[in-house]
Amino acid sequence: MSTATDVAAARDDRVASRPLAARVLSRPEVGSLVAAIVIFLLFMLVAAPFRNVANVGTILYGASTIGIMAVPVALLMIGGEFDLSAGVAVTTAGLSGSLLAWNFGLNVWIGVLLSLVLAVAIGAFNGWLLLRTGLPSFLVTLGTFFILQGVNLGVTRLATGNVASADISDMDGFASAHAVFGSAVTIGPVNLKITVLYWLVLTALGAYVLLRTRIGNWIFAVGGDAAAARAVGVPVRSTKVGLFMAVGFCAWLSGMHLLFQFNTVQSGEGVGKEFIFIIAAVIGGCLLTGGYGSVVGASIGALIFGMTQLGINYAGWNPDWFRTFLGVMLLLATIVNLYVKRRADLR
Amino acid sequence: MTILALENVGKSYGNVHALRGVSLSVRQGEVTCVLGDNGAGKSTLIKIVSGLHAHTEGNVLLDGSPVHFGSPRDAQAQGIATVYQDLALAPLMSVWRNFFLGNELRKGFLRMLDIASMKRICAAELTKMGVSVPDLDRPVASLSGGQRQCVAIARAIYFGARVIILDEPTAALGVKQSGVVLRYVVKARDAGLGVIFITHNPHHAYLVGNHFVILKLGRVVLDAHRDELTLDRLTAEMSGGEELAELSHELRGADPGKVVPPASVTPGSVT
Repeated sequence: MSTATDVAAARDDRVASRPLAARVLSRPEVGSLVAAIVIFLLFMLVAAPFRNVANVGTILYGASTIGIMAVPVALLMIGGEFDLSAGVAVTTAGLSGSLLAWNFGLNVWIGVLLSLVLAVAIGAFNGWLLLRTGLPSFLVTLGTFFILQGVNLGVTRLATGNVASADISDMDGFASAHAVFGSAVTIGPVNLKITVLYWLVLTALGAYVLLRTRIGNWIFAVGGDAAAARAVGVPVRSTKVGLFMAVGFCAWLSGMHLLFQFNTVQSGEGVGKEFIFIIAAVIGGCLLTGGYGSVVGASIGALIFGMTQLGINYAGWNPDWFRTFLGVMLLLATIVNLYVKRRADLR
Repeated sequence: MTILALENVGKSYGNVHALRGVSLSVRQGEVTCVLGDNGAGKSTLIKIVSGLHAHTEGNVLLDGSPVHFGSPRDAQAQGIATVYQDLALAPLMSVWRNFFLGNELRKGFLRMLDIASMKRICAAELTKMGVSVPDLDRPVASLSGGQRQCVAIARAIYFGARVIILDEPTAALGVKQSGVVLRYVVKARDAGLGVIFITHNPHHAYLVGNHFVILKLGRVVLDAHRDELTLDRLTAEMSGGEELAELSHELRGADPGKVVPPASVTPGSVT
């Protein structure tokens, strides 16, 4: 008997190997990539300023501010949890850095570091409370969402008597902190903000961790079936708390950009942003139920968001319809993802 | 050689005694079958042995010395692997990722996943078991129930288990797929593992078992070697009730040392 027939005998002849196209199409980010190309082509056709290379920087900047948060939010969703406090946590990070430095007359870098500790601690608190109570993360983080929203406003008014933090541009260390969190470089006609760099680095790092490290395997497992993961020895609790802390870290990074870009932070900002991060992740192929998704997809979702936001303006359409467009995108993405998942289950 | 032994092990959840005075031993190269109807305490027993729950009474002895498993990882590290009824596989993850979940191979300075090696080993181990999966990147959800059981069993054997606990591996399977899994149980036994085979099907148990323990309402009501039993008797014991005392008496005549009396269970009190 030749080896070939042995192999054939060992295989179930009803199971054919999957064609390459099917394997490519079953990747989670495919839907978002197709949508991104369609939207790009659409605005290239209808909006003249969209074709101007100089505007690439503006579009990427819009995408990057969403993308920096969409990456950790996507990882958290793949790990099976939500964070509704992610939007206001960005504001909390910005405000705390600013207020601590301003109120106590510290070097702004000390405010930046204290803010980092606080932001990561908020993430850890979300994770701890979730595991401690066993409540769904939707409820736990909805609680912290409202708590932080109130704290942002209340503490800012106590400290400054105003609803925004004081201007810190004349304080020690501002120039260097601005260079780290708010600078920009000009390459040819394109003006690129530093957030674009952070976004790309975070996307690469997130995708690497998710697909090429042990922690990534654990993230998929705790989101897919936490009981199964625990049974084979995956540290479910640490993985989930770690994911919430990653969201906290990125909220800090976003908050620092907010602070050093505008020198002051409005205390009411950030409400509603959490859904935009979640939408970017869902458009990128993350399932609400966890265990499936893509970091690259979430970043493409952020790019779609950036292109649409500016594309609607550039095309001269009424920007009132932006949110409607976003809602339609979300529904379409969910339906496509559901369809793909069903097909993946069948194949 | 006895690898794992339970001595008068009990477990209470608050005022509910899920398990009381259970003794059994798992020997190398033998299949110990634990039978019982729903609610008999089989799941509690597994959870104690696999490290998910701690026992509240008695001793668990590994190689003769008492142990307390703090977590499933702890139990695994000491060579006790469990294949759960619900399979302990994440359905949307690929076959190879599931196979190495919790025991990922890594290489290089960055501790990257060694994907090529993991796929190669996974394919080789599955082929050994006679499972053919054309694409290891497919989600586990796309496999059949029997194939999934085999992935879980192959995984446990590959990761150096000395004792493998199978929690109702044939419960949800068809006749032919059950046959595949039972053949695997025999392979594991012949490879020198101690196997705990949990089931409520006496026919499947009798096909592969060396030793039989029947649980009822959290207690051991029968503990007998294969030589002392026939399939008919095992089936009758499982259905319990009226014949229980009589049969136990009969068996005690054969070898008193090997039979645990049915304690406080009186005829008619068990439905």
